[in-house]
Amino acid sequence: MSFMPVILWTDALIFALLAGVLALIWFIRRHDHLRAPWVVVAQRPMAMGAALVLGAFAVTGLLDSLHYRERLPDSQAGKPQYSVEVMSVFDALVSGLRTRQEKTYSGPLAIQLYAMEFVERNGVAVRDYPRLQYGGAHLQHAEERRADIARRTLAGAAQGALASLLLFAGLVAWQARRLKLPVGTWLARWRQGSLNWPARTLVGMMALMLMLGGAMAQLASGYHVLGTDKVGQDVLYISLKSIRTGLVIGTLTTLVTLPLAIGLGIVAGYFRGWVDDVIQYIYTVLNSIPGVLLIAAAVLIVQVYIESNPERFDTAAARADIRLLALCLIMGMTSWTGLARLLRGESLKLRTLDYVEAARAFGVSNARIISRHIFPNVFHLVLIAVVMDFSGLVLAEAVLSYVGVGVDPSMYSWGNMINGARLELAREPAVWWQLGAAFAFMFALVLAANLFADGVRDAFDPRLGGRR
Amino acid sequence: MFAYILRRLLYAIPILIGVNLLTFALFFVVNTPDDMARLQLGVKHVTPEAIERWKTEHGYDKPLLLNVEATGSAQFTDTIFFQHSAAMFVFEFGKSDDGRDIGNEIRTRMGPSLAIALPVFAIGLLANITFALLMVFFRATYLDLWGVVLCVVLMSISSLFYIIAGQYFIAKLWNLLPISGFAGGIDGLRFVLLPVLVSVMAGIGSGARWYRTIFLEEIGKDYVRTARAKGLSEIRVLFRHVLKNGMIPILTGAVVVLPLLFMGSLITESFFGIPGLGSYTIDAIQAQDFAVVRAMVFLGSFLYIVGLILTDISYSWADPRVRLQ
Repeated sequence: MSFMPVILWTDALIFALLAGVLALIWFIRRHDHLRAPWVVVAQRPMAMGAALVLGAFAVTGLLDSLHYRERLPDSQAGKPQYSVEVMSVFDALVSGLRTRQEKTYSGPLAIQLYAMEFVERNGVAVRDYPRLQYGGAHLQHAEERRADIARRTLAGAAQGALASLLLFAGLVAWQARRLKLPVGTWLARWRQGSLNWPARTLVGMMALMLMLGGAMAQLASGYHVLGTDKVGQDVLYISLKSIRTGLVIGTLTTLVTLPLAIGLGIVAGYFRGWVDDVIQYIYTVLNSIPGVLLIAAAVLIVQVYIESNPERFDTAAARADIRLLALCLIMGMTSWTGLARLLRGESLKLRTLDYVEAARAFGVSNARIISRHIFPNVFHLVLIAVVMDFSGLVLAEAVLSYVGVGVDPSMYSWGNMINGARLELAREPAVWWQLGAAFAFMFALVLAANLFADGVRDAFDPRLGGRR
Repeated sequence: MFAYILRRLLYAIPILIGVNLLTFALFFVVNTPDDMARLQLGVKHVTPEAIERWKTEHGYDKPLLLNVEATGSAQFTDTIFFQHSAAMFVFEFGKSDDGRDIGNEIRTRMGPSLAIALPVFAIGLLANITFALLMVFFRATYLDLWGVVLCVVLMSISSLFYIIAGQYFIAKLWNLLPISGFAGGIDGLRFVLLPVLVSVMAGIGSGARWYRTIFLEEIGKDYVRTARAKGLSEIRVLFRHVLKNGMIPILTGAVVVLPLLFMGSLITESFFGIPGLGSYTIDAIQAQDFAVVRAMVFLGSFLYIVGLILTDISYSWADPRVRLQ
């Protein structure tokens, strides 16, 4: 084999999560009462548009979670040796972005370096901005840049439009066949927006994303679309790599502590008495410690542990990964209390309801009552909490990385990008692209997550009763 | 009432003990003083003697919980737990790892923290309520819809962005206010303005949206319909009835953070160079000064519990139906 697959801890958890989500979808599809609220979510244009954007982020994150180590070319046949650098499938797909490294800063779509250097021109050394090694290297003269950028943008957008047209044609054919409608009738309904799902929004959104993606891809093949950072690395590549970190923090944090929150919350509410007192005591103690400080304290300790046990982690990626997982656990520790309190209150209410009383009168065991009667009835709260927490956690990562207790400094993350670019705005002229890219990517993910979460909450929260 | 407060204060003691034990476990058991010494000394200077010397200097050379060599009560008092953790109950924070008195630092740094945190709290509350009431006044119109969308957009922006953009545009490009710094008295006003403005902006999205849902919940109730039926104007209904009743859930959220204002804000203070407790904490985290972090954890928990008690009291004050017993 020319490579060795590497499964990091967070990779395993991410794919376990993916399997869990797929199983849940399969389960929900078969039960009408579970499907009903999702149908409501699926009818909201805002939520579905956001879901599409989230999907694009998720695909990038998943591709970036398939890790491997390449085999070194000079290793012997019997004893293969592998590179210490852990790569991902995503890295392989965008290898151009990864390898085309400049000397230092360069602006978005620039063809010259940010800083002046001595360059030879006609045998004389003059101070000028040298041309980039890769960005716009195909251009003969600097004057061609504008026309070339325009051409590439248009070409990419056209390719995106073509792809979305093909997709749309496929969709029309499939839907018209499924609903046994003439194609024209379906198209008319689609145009009026009278289908039972927001097809207009989704098709428009898809076309927009494909066109943007196409233009980006066309430009990225010849330029650094978002410029380069201090060591000359492509900012677009760093931003894209950071997606995985953001997703891991947003999802795994709630996931790893979900069993704790669900278990303790329900048990406290259901059994009451001393069990309730003990659990309430635990979460009041955890809650009363300021979150950032608890996270800081715990991360410092994890750091000491990693530094004093270097032999347990064979690659830098493994070290960074274990720290990411620890960060998720720690952030989860400070945030599970809210959900536990909510579930406790709900279980207190549920345990007095007639069907629970009846089950108890029939001699059904406590474990069975909790799993059959209490848990399914609080599940919507868990779901709302998971989707609502996501965006807050992504934002928190940036703040924690700034404080110095976030993810490993060697890991790609928007927080690290912002932290590293802290002083760049003070330069003259200001280097704004790295900060701008980090904020823009984070904003897109968080906004999509917030809009989607709103849709889910509106559909699942019985208190809202369908009104906004 | 008095008996209630007293009981709540007594109830706070086991929680503080819990916090104390937890931080003790985190800082001394999971992570031994040897590890701390190694981290502080750096890789180059780690020798067994250097570690011992560091531990003696900082008072970490004692047994954790029980000193078998000592006699009498000193068996318990001459330990790390008693001197570094239990001492906090009388607000004896000891010395930081670089040798300064933590209690003294806390006292001098509270002022600057409050100078930022109090205006942020007051102006933020006012701005959020105003914005929320406006949206409620125009409810079910496009103004309300776009107001909510604006809120979601505002809360999707990282708080770091507000700070960095504020510093760059207002301070650097337009030269309206100083980028960072702090001064006491009336002279300090120009230093305070920008951090306050930025922090209020950062909080307005989530705050206004949350208050809007609270007000909307109130507005569907019967007493509001009655108020309208007897001919009150919409403005009067909003201010005299909805706002007054909506204040109860708002108070819960607001009063609990009131004591925590002393702690300041980590990010704002460190960006704007304000010598408050927030920047003190952040410096301690970055310098890995465990003594200071421990002290701040204890102080924060204490203030949070005070906030919980204040919330209960403010409840009974705002809502006559609530009786404390």
